[in-house]
Amino acid sequence: MTAFRELSQHILDIVENGVSAGAKLIILTIQESIETDTLQITIKDDGKGMDKEMLQAVTDPWVTTRTTRKVGLGIPFFKQAAEMCGGSFDIQSEVGKGTQVVAIFQRSHIDRPPLGDLEGTLLCLIVGYPTIDLVYQHKVGENDYVLDTREIRQVLGDDVPLSDPEILAFLRSTLEEGEQSLGD
Amino acid sequence: MKSLEELQKIKERALQRRKLSGEGTRARIIVAMGTCGIAAGARDTMAAILKTLEEKKITDVTVTQTGCMGLCEYEPIVQVKVGEEDLITYGHIDVNRVPELIEKHLIGGEPMEAWIIQPSS
Repeated sequence: MTAFRELSQHILDIVENGVSAGAKLIILTIQESIETDTLQITIKDDGKGMDKEMLQAVTDPWVTTRTTRKVGLGIPFFKQAAEMCGGSFDIQSEVGKGTQVVAIFQRSHIDRPPLGDLEGTLLCLIVGYPTIDLVYQHKVGENDYVLDTREIRQVLGDDVPLSDPEILAFLRSTLEEGEQSLGD
Repeated sequence: MKSLEELQKIKERALQRRKLSGEGTRARIIVAMGTCGIAAGARDTMAAILKTLEEKKITDVTVTQTGCMGLCEYEPIVQVKVGEEDLITYGHIDVNRVPELIEKHLIGGEPMEAWIIQPSS
């Protein structure tokens, strides 16, 4: 069993890894296809990346022999969730370049967690990491929604915090409209 | 996406308001968002904080998030710093505690003593 009820909690957790790794840009893509019955989540960061040994440790903390470095359980949780739902999991990392995580779920699988509170999660990421850019893309079949925080930050500059109530309301309704435009 | 022109107008209004009231950032809130925090509900806590600021039209507080603080048993953990006062670390701040925390500490200026994590010896 994993600790999270929603896929958006996994997403938040993996993005947090990227932020800890010094990423400046996070590219998050969710692709849903009814045709192939898949839901694919891709999270790519430009953080400091990991060497082979570290990658092994974060993916499979139970079999690693090295215990001197502290590793979390977020990646194994995500991997397990995908594999339990007839899907697959892949992580690629290169030192100095960044890390990419891809989790694929069988979309109709009875145990597949819902995406959950995506808007709330994205709002937390956008407001909570004011110096990190996020490109978010959600595709459902032919429909496509993209939010690029670089455009938003370019307008806002550094003078107004993203947690300003009017800006929060704007971001919230932007995200809600975007998600609604995807239909179901 | 809603228009960026609209965002530009919102920004100008916000700047104007800040200029009039002479306000800067009066307080900071930090939410711990490590794996342990998220599992304990930190995402919902942060979403509730943002919603409350939005509804109460609180303009002089910034909210950011950080990773695991190494106090996993106290998650969700929220830190509050008002003005020049010391940073206060609260434990077990679930969604239900958010309105009172904001009302009493952020607005009223009185920390919620019972929720503060006491450093163990």
